[in-house]
Amino acid sequence: MRVVLAEDLFLLRQGLIQLLDAYGFETVAAVDNGPDLLAAAAEHRPDIMIVDVRLPPTFTTEGLKAALQARREIPKLPILVLSQHVEQMYARELLADGTGGIGYLLKDSVFDNEQFIDAIRRVAAGGTAMDPAVVAQLMVSHARDQPLGALTARERSVLELMAEGCSNTAIAQRLFITEGAAAKHISNIFGKLMLPPDSDSNRRVLAVLAYLNA
Amino acid sequence: MHVLRLSVRSGLRAFPARLRRAGTELAVGVLIAMGAMLSICLFLITAYFVILFVIGIGAMVLPIVTKWVRWLTNANRRVAARSGIEIPVPYRPEPDEFEKDIVGWIRRCKWILTDPASWRDLLWLLLNSVVGMIGFLPAVVLYYVLEGFALAFGLWKPVLRAQGTGREYFFVPIHSQPTAALAALAATALLVVWAWYSPLFLTVHAHFCRLLLGPTESSRLAIRVQHLAETRTGALDAAAAELRRIERDLHDGAQARLVGLGLTLGALERHLNSESDEARRLLRDARTSSVAALRELRDLVRGIHPPILAERGLADALRALGLASPLQVEVRVDIPGEVAPPLESALYFAVSELLTNALKYSEAEHVEVIAWHDGTMLHASVTDDGRGGADATKGTGLHGIRRRLATFDGTIDISSPLGGPTDIKMEIPCVLSSPKTSSS
Repeated sequence: MRVVLAEDLFLLRQGLIQLLDAYGFETVAAVDNGPDLLAAAAEHRPDIMIVDVRLPPTFTTEGLKAALQARREIPKLPILVLSQHVEQMYARELLADGTGGIGYLLKDSVFDNEQFIDAIRRVAAGGTAMDPAVVAQLMVSHARDQPLGALTARERSVLELMAEGCSNTAIAQRLFITEGAAAKHISNIFGKLMLPPDSDSNRRVLAVLAYLNA
Repeated sequence: MHVLRLSVRSGLRAFPARLRRAGTELAVGVLIAMGAMLSICLFLITAYFVILFVIGIGAMVLPIVTKWVRWLTNANRRVAARSGIEIPVPYRPEPDEFEKDIVGWIRRCKWILTDPASWRDLLWLLLNSVVGMIGFLPAVVLYYVLEGFALAFGLWKPVLRAQGTGREYFFVPIHSQPTAALAALAATALLVVWAWYSPLFLTVHAHFCRLLLGPTESSRLAIRVQHLAETRTGALDAAAAELRRIERDLHDGAQARLVGLGLTLGALERHLNSESDEARRLLRDARTSSVAALRELRDLVRGIHPPILAERGLADALRALGLASPLQVEVRVDIPGEVAPPLESALYFAVSELLTNALKYSEAEHVEVIAWHDGTMLHASVTDDGRGGADATKGTGLHGIRRRLATFDGTIDISSPLGGPTDIKMEIPCVLSSPKTSSS
């Protein structure tokens, strides 16, 4: 799998390249600023871009802007955005086109190599990977909504994992339940939130995120 | 008798120094007197162009003339300082920049004409043209001394021959050797008086200058206020810049290093063989505490300087606050430019605090946050549909906001009757800078 990486700090750039290498990814370009990221995306057409939000030259949301720009030029280009802090607003901007292939994770997530690599694969495959911190923010900002209040504690956990981008299998594994039970919870949740049922798990996740982002 | 002898002796020792000093004072005095002649010219020119300005022309000349006038008054202030009388410069500070066209010239004239010090200068110019002549006195006195010596040492004879009568010195006609000796004595006495007391003339002039060229009490206070406002703004800007620097340092430093550590730990784990359970457990512990450290740093950074403020500016930062609140928050921002960083941060934290209050105490469902700028003031209002009863005297939240805004001469107005709604309005005087195209 071919990766374009944008991270301005040498230490982290090298560490990420090593990590990706260890798991069989090929880093075709590693850049340290927004304009170079755009150029690398156009040149390499990678399977996924891994991008730090804050990049030179502006040290604002240069990385985020460049990634979204690249996605406009190359539709459905999978993007995994990394940051030292998560903002619901940025999540919203990333998810705005509703087509998936989006990840938004705290940099903390590299601590768990397996899950991090899993997230990269998921995003590259058109799925989503939202940091638990993003999902927690989304849940907080809907804390007072009626339909969410009607969910059981277990259903809330399932909803949170689904919002993070987990498949039925992953949800079942994480909550130590059977896949059948997970599927049951999911259909209950969709019922309570009045979302149309969908058999495709990526589309389901996007529906949940769209709901939470509303 | 003894005391007198002593003082005469020390006086004699000091005499050369006194003479030298009196000589310098004489030169300075002549300069003052020449300044006095200049001042009447400047008075007439200034008055002429003030009148021309009033009837609509002369806007381009008045500032130049004023520059000359202030050069002269400043020179006189420096001279007064030599006499030990400090005269602070009372002029209002020049505005930072003027337009290049006629509007700029007129604003410049307005700046000059509205400054009371300009008018006091004008009066000083008129009076100084007379009072300043005092500067000639040391020279005049010395001339008289020298005339006395010249007469005493022989000049009296040709004068007597030519005029028939002796030339008077201190009202005594000199027509003989004894009267000449008397004149020499008188001239010596006058020389001593000149050496000791001629600086007094300059001191008198300096006092006169202080009367008109010094700041009045109100202008002294105005200057002080201006100074304090400038230093306060400077201090606030410095503090805000420092906080942003800390935020960036943490982002690129400690936070990045911790993430780097995580990457290393992950690599280490990959290289461990599967038997070493203990090592894996230790690695997991190291990972857990690193993640905790990152979380703590993140919270710290949010409290110091919210990253979204640094990355997106005030409008988006306020919208983000609205998004993060469980309440239904509508945020509207209309600020056509950049707000100074310290203010931006103060307003952000104020709105954040008010949203938290609304959530905790008001039982509100909807909150409206509006921020706008009317050209001179930054306004922000936070209105909720809750049960009211917010009281600035209770709790530290509202009090803290008030104190924080007061640093910027801002105010907070709380209307929160029991039963609601709560409407909180904040106002901070501020000038917007034009929007940045790229961050510096």
